[in-house]
Amino acid sequence: MTQHDFQELRLDGVTRRYGTQNALTDLSLSIRGGEFVALLGPSGCGKSTALNCLAGLLPLTEGAIHLDDRRIDTVQPEQRGFGMVFQNYALFPHMSVRKNIGFGLKMRKVGKAELNQRVDEAVAIVQLEEHQHKMPGQLSGGQQQRVAIARAIALRPPLVLMDEPLSNLDAQLRLEMRMEIRRLHQNLGLTTIYVTHDQEEALSMADRLVVLREGAMQQFGTPESIYDYPSNAYVAGFMGYRNLLELDVTRADADDVVVQGPDLTLHGSNREEVTAGRAVAAIRPADFVMGEVDGNRLEVTVEVAEYHGRELSVEAAMPSGQKVYFRTQERVAPGDRVVLGVPAHRVLVFRGAEATAAGLAA
Amino acid sequence: MTATAEETRTPTDPNGRAPTSWRHRLAERGVDRTLWLLAPAVVFAGVLFLYPFFYGLQLSFQPTDGGSPFANYVTFFQDPFLRDTIGTTLGLGLPAALVNVLASIPVAYVMRGKVRGKRTLTTILVVPITLGTVLTAQGLIMYAGPDGWLNKALLGLGVIDSELVLTHNWIGVFLSLVITGFPFAFLLTLSYISGIDPSLDRAAATLGAGAWQRFRTITLPLLAPGLSITFMLTFVLAFSVFPSAQLVGDPAGSTRVISIAAYEAAFQDVDYSMGSAMAMIMAVVMLVVIGLVMVWRASLYRGATGGKG
Repeated sequence: MTQHDFQELRLDGVTRRYGTQNALTDLSLSIRGGEFVALLGPSGCGKSTALNCLAGLLPLTEGAIHLDDRRIDTVQPEQRGFGMVFQNYALFPHMSVRKNIGFGLKMRKVGKAELNQRVDEAVAIVQLEEHQHKMPGQLSGGQQQRVAIARAIALRPPLVLMDEPLSNLDAQLRLEMRMEIRRLHQNLGLTTIYVTHDQEEALSMADRLVVLREGAMQQFGTPESIYDYPSNAYVAGFMGYRNLLELDVTRADADDVVVQGPDLTLHGSNREEVTAGRAVAAIRPADFVMGEVDGNRLEVTVEVAEYHGRELSVEAAMPSGQKVYFRTQERVAPGDRVVLGVPAHRVLVFRGAEATAAGLAA
Repeated sequence: MTATAEETRTPTDPNGRAPTSWRHRLAERGVDRTLWLLAPAVVFAGVLFLYPFFYGLQLSFQPTDGGSPFANYVTFFQDPFLRDTIGTTLGLGLPAALVNVLASIPVAYVMRGKVRGKRTLTTILVVPITLGTVLTAQGLIMYAGPDGWLNKALLGLGVIDSELVLTHNWIGVFLSLVITGFPFAFLLTLSYISGIDPSLDRAAATLGAGAWQRFRTITLPLLAPGLSITFMLTFVLAFSVFPSAQLVGDPAGSTRVISIAAYEAAFQDVDYSMGSAMAMIMAVVMLVVIGLVMVWRASLYRGATGGKG
């Protein structure tokens, strides 16, 4: 699956305003043919706006979208030929599963024999042979989702757009469909843009992901790079750095930084050219260990301990009341006083301006 | 004491489980105390609809001049002056209902989403309902009558040589039925069309369907059952036309509708029995039309039109 319908999908300064409000600001991206890209962010971050702009369902306020050399943002949605999977599936309730899947082919005036054959293929891909003559209302949520996917890919579109397709499914089914979509992408090689607010979903499915916040792109990279090297405190908060401690910088050079608060002094890694003033130290709950490490020492009192099988997820407080979240295999109980440590290279220090909003997002 | 306790204990079935109480089982079938909320409606329907209906029905079989119980019906169908009122009424009611429904579709389609000035336009469209037929008829005469502004303006501009006859004939009644019936049809159609999930239209667009194809293959089939209801209701309204047929029509000739004939029988000839018979004939004709529409409706998809298929 190396042959793709295009080499590059390019967004140049794509902006969408509603009145004076910017839903999407100056989004520039280059996506390779065959790639699986996730747009990630909380609700209202502009990810669905971006997807609708790509589908042609929303006109751009500024900017342009190119598919190789062809400009497509001025093309009507029905002429773009992209497949789209909607959050609520948007199956046509008055048509059978087969008719739904064949709708796009019928609109393309594909001959009856070929239409039937291609619908058969699409039905087989999503394993709905048993249900192909039913009406959408007779199917379960997961089956409806498969129909929606089959309908979007039946035309073998150059680009498949998915708008939070798994958010209406229960946890178990979501995991299965996640694998399914990933497998489909591997087998068919269809370039996919996938919108989600679930960072786990984005990390596990995408080749590269775009983190959005209030309409602006925060970071674009592979799951590994974003997970390990978030570009700012906001992305860190979204990537599971649940502890975002706002502290004062006492010493900083290009690589290392020391930050200080009422209860602690932390040695960390300088990730955003921090020099002085306020900064945010981002630490994953799982990176904490029992006992001082690299001179990092946090004395905390356990407040809540959640059982997670092999580990406990613990909420604890420092003497100042600052909350600390950590994971441990020790069996701690509320009221226990423990000393935590964290390796300096696992303390990411970012500029402080973003602190409040990022803290909320976390 | 022990014996009493033994007797009052809930009886158990052979499996040892307590059977569900009858009250619970009734509630499962929707029979519970909230049914009392229906009481006012039941009383209302009985006193104001069922009783008068059956009273009229039996009255229609008791001709004033004696004779066979069916004498009124025989007279009606033998006298062309009476019989033809059915055709006249259908000739007004069916086209008016059809035009109202068809005209409401494009307007409702445009207004289905968030549209600037939607509330203003809706208000303007709804005003004719609140005015009532008499005021509408009055306005129609002043505007479109022989001495109305329309004729004066067109004559003054030299567009026409002799005045257009738009009132006191079929056209006048038809216009009046459209003016009063359209807002009603529009409001109903708007609510049906708003109930169709807008993402269906967007999904069809991404699958290559143009605006007309989307309307024809998605919106219209999902709207059709609602349109049939709208048609039936506006038809019933138009079929019982009385004031406008009198005021802007030609009540002795081309717009002599069945309700006028019934009114004349009951209140001018003081033949209540004949009047009742005509009212029954009116009801049957309406039911036949509604029945035909229902048969067509039964062939349509009538399930959910919202989000999850």
